[in-house]
Amino acid sequence: MGKFVRLSKGFDIKLKGKPSAQVFDLEMPDTVSVKPTDFQGLYMPKVLVNQGDTVQAGTPLFHDKQFTDISFTSPVSGEVVEVVRGEKRKLLEIRILADRKTEHKAFRKVSVSDLSTLPVSELRSQMLESGVWTQLIQRPFGIIADPNVKPKAIHISAFDSSPCAPDYSILFKGQDHFFQAGVDVLKRFTEGTIHINTISTLEISTLFSQVKGAQVNKFHGKHPAGCVGVQIHHLDAINKGEIVWTINPAGVIQIGKLFLNGVYDATKIVALTGPEVKNPQYYRTVQGASVKKLLAGNLNSDHCRVISGNVLTGTQIGKEGHLGYFDHQVTVLTEGDYYEFLGWILPTVNKLSFSRAFGLLSFLNPSKEYKLDTNTHGEERSFVQSGVFEKVTPMDIYPVHLLKAIMANDVDEMEALGIYEVIEEDLALCEFVDVSKHNVQEILRDGLEMMRTS
Amino acid sequence: MKFLRNQLDKVKHNFEKGGKLEKYYYAYEAFETFLFAPNTTTHGKGVHVRDAIDLKRLMMTVILAMVPCLLFGTWNIGHQHFLALGQTGTFGEKILLGLGQVVPLIIVSYGVGLGIEFVFAIMRKHPVNEGYLVTGMLIPLVMPPDIPLWQVAVATAFAVVIGKEAFGGTGMNVVNIALTARAFLYFAYPSQISGEVWTLLGEGVKTVQGYSGATPLAVAAASTGNVMNDFAQFGSGWAEGIYSLNNLFLGIRPGSVGETSTLMCLVGAAILIITGVGSGRIIVSVFAGAYAMGLLLNVIGGNPFMEMPAHYHLVIGGLAFGAVFMATDPVTATHTGTGKWIYGFLIGVFTVLIRVFNPAYPEGIMLAILLMNVFAPLIDYFVLNANKNRRLKRATV
Repeated sequence: MGKFVRLSKGFDIKLKGKPSAQVFDLEMPDTVSVKPTDFQGLYMPKVLVNQGDTVQAGTPLFHDKQFTDISFTSPVSGEVVEVVRGEKRKLLEIRILADRKTEHKAFRKVSVSDLSTLPVSELRSQMLESGVWTQLIQRPFGIIADPNVKPKAIHISAFDSSPCAPDYSILFKGQDHFFQAGVDVLKRFTEGTIHINTISTLEISTLFSQVKGAQVNKFHGKHPAGCVGVQIHHLDAINKGEIVWTINPAGVIQIGKLFLNGVYDATKIVALTGPEVKNPQYYRTVQGASVKKLLAGNLNSDHCRVISGNVLTGTQIGKEGHLGYFDHQVTVLTEGDYYEFLGWILPTVNKLSFSRAFGLLSFLNPSKEYKLDTNTHGEERSFVQSGVFEKVTPMDIYPVHLLKAIMANDVDEMEALGIYEVIEEDLALCEFVDVSKHNVQEILRDGLEMMRTS
Repeated sequence: MKFLRNQLDKVKHNFEKGGKLEKYYYAYEAFETFLFAPNTTTHGKGVHVRDAIDLKRLMMTVILAMVPCLLFGTWNIGHQHFLALGQTGTFGEKILLGLGQVVPLIIVSYGVGLGIEFVFAIMRKHPVNEGYLVTGMLIPLVMPPDIPLWQVAVATAFAVVIGKEAFGGTGMNVVNIALTARAFLYFAYPSQISGEVWTLLGEGVKTVQGYSGATPLAVAAASTGNVMNDFAQFGSGWAEGIYSLNNLFLGIRPGSVGETSTLMCLVGAAILIITGVGSGRIIVSVFAGAYAMGLLLNVIGGNPFMEMPAHYHLVIGGLAFGAVFMATDPVTATHTGTGKWIYGFLIGVFTVLIRVFNPAYPEGIMLAILLMNVFAPLIDYFVLNANKNRRLKRATV
């Protein structure tokens, strides 16, 4: 039976610009991009196409030299227009000029009943070849799952608790049987449980509640309750030497479609959110799509930051940038590059704070939504401990000591303090509340890389 | 505002990399960020929005919590002065007299301390940290009212240089800086900070008949009969009931500038706890530790001080002030939640132990906190080890 977990720690950032429930069909974007930088732990991506090549949805674009089996494929059909490289010829992006109508590379179609009888090796090779494998994330470290490893369990977070997060019942409406097929496939890869973790405060969509062959758990609490790392910690924590896979429901559905329809279907619904968006709502588009058409005529001001993802973990992409591989949300904020006279002491009701320190009055009005911007509200300072990290980390982990162990390059200490159980998103709120304005997620990723390569 | 901003922008290039005053950048930065919250924005990867709190606001909240103690202390200096002289003074006179002592103390403490901070910031090329804003206010509050200012200056310099900068600056110090200053005076100039120095008398004045400047702690330590009776009789003839429980709680008695009033410390504690800036766990557990130890000594008995009712320990000396403002220093206290309970409780226990059993040091809270500052990392070590063991145990099950 599913578990019920109540989390008392955490903080919901009330950001203006929640999406309304409409879904708008966006026409095909001009360009679509696949970015190796969306994935953690790639050793050296090797490009498999040339500028000018035509590709179909599902054609491999590049692979990692360390795991050549895992293909990173094109989400659309069209022409490869640009291979963008950075310093030391590091591969940053492969851009494709998208056709109006997507042609799909054909993969083997499988009936629902065959999903449980087909050899695992065949399922695996089709997933690897088509590009859906990259949806599977391995913990510890948050890297792409190693195809040769059997995970202890697979966890699917069925809700997003981050600021202005999209509603999963809208994102995945009507995809029930694809989701079920995806779960059926995933079951073949583990002897453990498939956990589907839902939130207690919303009605669970049938997609998750009716699913067979998985354990449906309920969580109650504020962000980061939706982070799969936090969920794993409370359901079946990761110990040294154990491997757990996580996957977003979108990935499960993509796997289902791959086998039932025989195509690599990269269409997705994204929420356009944030205080700078005129009409925050949902749009149907495609993985890696340029956000140009999405934003056209929809911004309140020009001086803004476009983020693929949410405000805690997202990546700045620019007004003509492309959606991140795992993102279901685009957030637009005002740039906060202004000076504020005596900004460190004047009382205010317009700034959001987790703290109730002098003059920060946001705690008096907990349901108010704030028009937050990118200003840091203060400068980087020495670390002064105040116990606040622990208040937003609903895990039996001491974040401050873990971060200090990372800064000291102390691998044994990192391991003992639980670095295997967290990735950036799980501790993102620590970075938000930090009085001394440190880059917590960056520090944590350094530590994870140190552990992974040591 | 615009004018100020323009002036700052006009000179800013001199302090930036390549400018002729480059090495004074952090001094400039301290002034600039004092006037204007900076225009820096978050990075392109990671959190894009930040909490509105910063270190300056955090520190200002602590200072705000100290204001009740400061105001009461200012009045009390004047009040004790007139009591000792057997005169009556108006409220205004008392405040004026108090300000005459307190303001120079504050100026010296901030002047010396911030001066050293700036010098180190420039030398070491790190920002001027706001931590001293709090320390600079704590130091005057734990000084006797008539302390020579040069001693305050020397003690402050010692505390900041040896207590903090030698360890790497704000956030790195092992022991509380304000208490380091106090301890320095205690051991370097014992004659000025012990005995009958707790009341401002002035040059060549004649005290009222029967006057004694002994503090409650001194009275309790010197008691040969019953401490309660001694308290009740103290002040007869010139200040009836000065050491009654009520009066001790209100703090209308001789002592360091800001430490006398338990009530005002509790107001400060309320501010710290409500704002979430100070650790309620530490404050509560210091009181609990002192009370528990007091009770234990009552049970054992043996001398009058040991038999003094335990709750008197909470209102005499500087226990309340130390518990609220010193023990909660986030840098030198324990860093783990469980550790805070243990740390606070032990401070309370040691305070009473030192008070009762160490005749050389009438006040125990200072030494108890300094001692526990040193042990705080050890407590955290055990708490963290318990966490690590839970993880290991889970792995082997």
